Amino acid sequence: MIALTRPGLSCAVFAAFVLPAMVGTAQAATLDDIRAADELKCGINTGLAGFANTDDAGNWVGFDVDYCKALAAAVLGDSGKVQYVSLTGKNRFPALQAGEIEVLARNTTWTLSRDVDLGLTFVGVNYYDGQGFIGPKSLGISSAGELDGASVCIQTGTTTELNLADFFRTNNITYEPVPIETNSEARAAYEAERCDVYTSDASGLAATRATFDNPNDHVILPEIISKEPLGPLVRHGDDQWADIARWVLNALISAEELGVTQANVEALAQTDGGSDNPEIQRMLGSAGSMGKMLGLDADWAARAIKAVGNYGEIFARHLGPDTRLGLERGLNALYTDGGILYSPPFR
Amino acid sequence: MAAPSRTRIQQISDLWTDERLRGIAFQLLVITSLALFFTFIIWNTATNLKHAGLASGYGFLQDAASFDINQRLIDYDSTSSYGRAFLVGGLNTVLVAVLGIAAATAIGFLVGLMRLSSNFLVGRIASLYVELTRNIPLLLQIIFWWVIILTMPRVRDSISVGDVLFLNNRGIRMPQPILEDTFQFVLALIVAGSIGTFFLARWARKRHELTGQTFPVGWSAIGLIFGLPGLSMLFLGLPISLEIPLQGKFNFAGGFNVTPELIALWLALSLYTGAFISEVVRSGILAVDKGQIEAARAVGLPPGLRTRKIILPQALRVIIPPLTNQYLNLTKNSSLAVVIGYQDIVSIGETVLNQSGQALEVISIYMAFYLTLSLLTSVLMNWYNQRTALVRER
Amino acid sequence: MFFRDQSEMLPARAAPITEVGIVGWLRINLFSSYPNSALTLVSLTLLLLVVPPFIDWVLIKAQFSGDTGEACSGIGACWAWVDQRLGQFFYGFYPAEAHWRVNVTAVLLVPAILYVLVDNLPGAKFGRWFSYVYPLLAAYLLVGGFGLEVISSDKFGGFMLNMIVGLTGIVLSLPIGVLLALGRQSRLPVIRLFSIAFIEAVRGVPLITLLFVAIVLLQLFLPPEVSLDQLLRVIIMVTLFASAYMAEVVRGGLQAIPKGQIEGAQAVGLGYWQTMRLIVLPQALRISIPGIVNTFIGLFKDTTLVIIIGLFDLLGHARLLQTNPDWIGDVDHEAYLFSAAVFFLVCFLMSRYSVSLEKQLSKDRH
Repeated sequence: MIALTRPGLSCAVFAAFVLPAMVGTAQAATLDDIRAADELKCGINTGLAGFANTDDAGNWVGFDVDYCKALAAAVLGDSGKVQYVSLTGKNRFPALQAGEIEVLARNTTWTLSRDVDLGLTFVGVNYYDGQGFIGPKSLGISSAGELDGASVCIQTGTTTELNLADFFRTNNITYEPVPIETNSEARAAYEAERCDVYTSDASGLAATRATFDNPNDHVILPEIISKEPLGPLVRHGDDQWADIARWVLNALISAEELGVTQANVEALAQTDGGSDNPEIQRMLGSAGSMGKMLGLDADWAARAIKAVGNYGEIFARHLGPDTRLGLERGLNALYTDGGILYSPPFR
Repeated sequence: MAAPSRTRIQQISDLWTDERLRGIAFQLLVITSLALFFTFIIWNTATNLKHAGLASGYGFLQDAASFDINQRLIDYDSTSSYGRAFLVGGLNTVLVAVLGIAAATAIGFLVGLMRLSSNFLVGRIASLYVELTRNIPLLLQIIFWWVIILTMPRVRDSISVGDVLFLNNRGIRMPQPILEDTFQFVLALIVAGSIGTFFLARWARKRHELTGQTFPVGWSAIGLIFGLPGLSMLFLGLPISLEIPLQGKFNFAGGFNVTPELIALWLALSLYTGAFISEVVRSGILAVDKGQIEAARAVGLPPGLRTRKIILPQALRVIIPPLTNQYLNLTKNSSLAVVIGYQDIVSIGETVLNQSGQALEVISIYMAFYLTLSLLTSVLMNWYNQRTALVRER
Repeated sequence: MFFRDQSEMLPARAAPITEVGIVGWLRINLFSSYPNSALTLVSLTLLLLVVPPFIDWVLIKAQFSGDTGEACSGIGACWAWVDQRLGQFFYGFYPAEAHWRVNVTAVLLVPAILYVLVDNLPGAKFGRWFSYVYPLLAAYLLVGGFGLEVISSDKFGGFMLNMIVGLTGIVLSLPIGVLLALGRQSRLPVIRLFSIAFIEAVRGVPLITLLFVAIVLLQLFLPPEVSLDQLLRVIIMVTLFASAYMAEVVRGGLQAIPKGQIEGAQAVGLGYWQTMRLIVLPQALRISIPGIVNTFIGLFKDTTLVIIIGLFDLLGHARLLQTNPDWIGDVDHEAYLFSAAVFFLVCFLMSRYSVSLEKQLSKDRH
């Protein structure tokens, strides 16, 4: 029993050896930090179908995860060198501000206050979303304006509650909010008819609808009550790093526009016998010195595309019609295909 | 023999062995290190906030909340302030805590007695319940009860009780009483009745001590508090009307709704805490001297009175301190409401934190709120404990 | 009046059929009176209403194989995920080729605990040293370094994370709790006030608010160049939380020590710390063990709250399974039920142990 009076010993040992191993330090230049650690710390969702979830082998996969991989491939040359940090709605911004992650790719809406007041920099939009409603067909409603007196399930944590309150207020109708934090519970509540309609980002609604037993019994109402441009973001104050994060995203989008795919990128990137298109040459580093301008080597973009494919391929792999979520490209099609996805030129 | 001349070193070592001085030095050391520690933290926080360009302070509490809350004990809408949203959430926490404490106490005493029951099956079921609830994380139990309640009939198939009360998986929709002005007279009668009952009980207890005669205090209390005001209401022509819920396109309109989230949380909290309380009650009852019970039986007290007058008063003295702890636990555990979307103070604070980014302030409000609640509960229970302790000394 | 000359004993009659055998047992234990019979019938109905449908759903109609949730019918439980996800539920993202390290740590835990809790085991002297070294060994095995591949703490997850947070919390909180308990009884007002304030403040707030502090605020309290691991921050707050409860358990033990013990120690010239270390604490801690185990069970169940701050414990992996597109909507209840069963098993065994220990202790005292 005396043993119990001396656990101090174990504690001292723990403090002396284990603590230092778990305490890191953060420095100023983000790119140098990442290279020194040989690992990119990327903030992702705690689990959102299609955007960030785990496969049966326990690896993170998804639309946002692939952006992390592309960035790691561009910066470190290996898409596997990512440390994924799962963040909730509460701690995603503090984590980025405090330097626990270098980039946040967690379906985060680009708003003025976040961009300015929270000291963050959005580097672009990788998914154009908007808040909508889904309801059972049997209710016979065709517009969200008819929802007077309805119960509305809300997946909380973003700007969803505020948009909803604004919408009902401006339309001068009443409702009962049922705010629930996770999609699986919110979905269960909607299925049990705890509420008449379920509101969330339209992408999430379509994905949710696809997984119902009878998807055709549910309709997505035509109203989109908010703009939700989702995109990756970094801290204020390191423009070089923000540039890298921005142009990796642009490279993925441009690659789709230019027809560069995971399969053909190596062939196209060859100095001899590669692509004849000067923009492809500049992007993939067979001509010009764009990599150097960013502080990277010449074939940074080629590596990123080689790792995860172009934007279209990423979308198809995790969200597109061949997946269980079955999302259409919609707004997220290239501007040449009727969407609004548009990358500035590589020039 | 010459008096030993004290060296300087000895003087210092005398100082060291002087217990009082050593105590003071040690305390000074502790105060200094605490002060240093807090200065360190405050300094860092201030620097970090400045560095990140974040504002601090409680001014944001006056900004418009712009979100809605489904269970409001006071007036609130999306144009109200963050401060008011916190107040609504705080009241929701208090509501579920008070309801939970009442139910958990009832369950705890009932199950505590069941476990001592001579009926084999009853005792076994009680143990099964206690072991199951005590050994599974509360978070899971809250989700469990919520899922169970969601399997209740849907709103279009509501169970109707006399067409005024409706049960469905969106809660219990009840008629809401609407009071007219003359109802104040009835209220005054109820207050008067309660005061009257208090004095009647004191008189009856004195008489019982002096003469041994008993007086039916319970029945007279019912008459005074409910009967008289009830009669007066008839004379005043029922100055109270009920707003009966009516089925609308989506939901019932009017009336008062108890949300399924409240019911699930309340069930989970009271069943979970009830299991712990039953253990407290059981050991409290087992601590009562067997001789007391045998003596009560010998003088011919019937079983009901035996439990009420002999066993419980003595058991209560053992029970109350750990019972207080359970009440505090229940109140704190109500913070898990957030998983099923019951809008308590934590859930509302999270929304506020998401919108305003004022982490430090929101978390400090949480802590101040729960500390106040805990302190209040402790003070109340200590007062009650002292009262029962006084009875013993008489 | 009738007197009968009775010179020899009458043969004993067999007990009436209503008092012995199955019938007797039923009568005594279930149907001794009308209210009792009613209770029995009500209880039986309750059991019949709940148990058979549950077993039917969980086992008989359940689906045990398949690659995605589509394989499941929905009439019964869906357990098809178990063979693929079991590893994640227990080891989180810990690499599969290193699972043996977790297993070894878990197996070694048994003797490490036994040597602390049970006296008179063979090799006790060596065993105690093993117990002291165990935390270091466990940390080495799990984290790596010195020849083992380093595995960063963000890979820790599943039930292993619950165990790590719970056990580290309880072990680290014990010395702090002892100091706080002694501080609460100290004659030095500053020490006493500080201890009371700390204990009451921590016990007055819910654990999740402390976890919010861990993930949102702790970083704000530290200089910008220091960055703590997420798991470490959680462990710090959980330890502070547990030590307040531990202090109260130990205080109970301290109060049970007769004054004579302390006076005796002082009479033979022992100082305060010697008295405490050699006389009071060994006895007080021994009495407190059931309380410590109960605190541990409570803490262990509370480790599931890390899900609210985004760590993936057992429940976290249950949620991950629920959000996987392959399984979404098909395993909502099953994943939680599985987690509940695991926790129940572990906590139930521990609470049984705590009860038997309590009985043993009260026997020793009388």
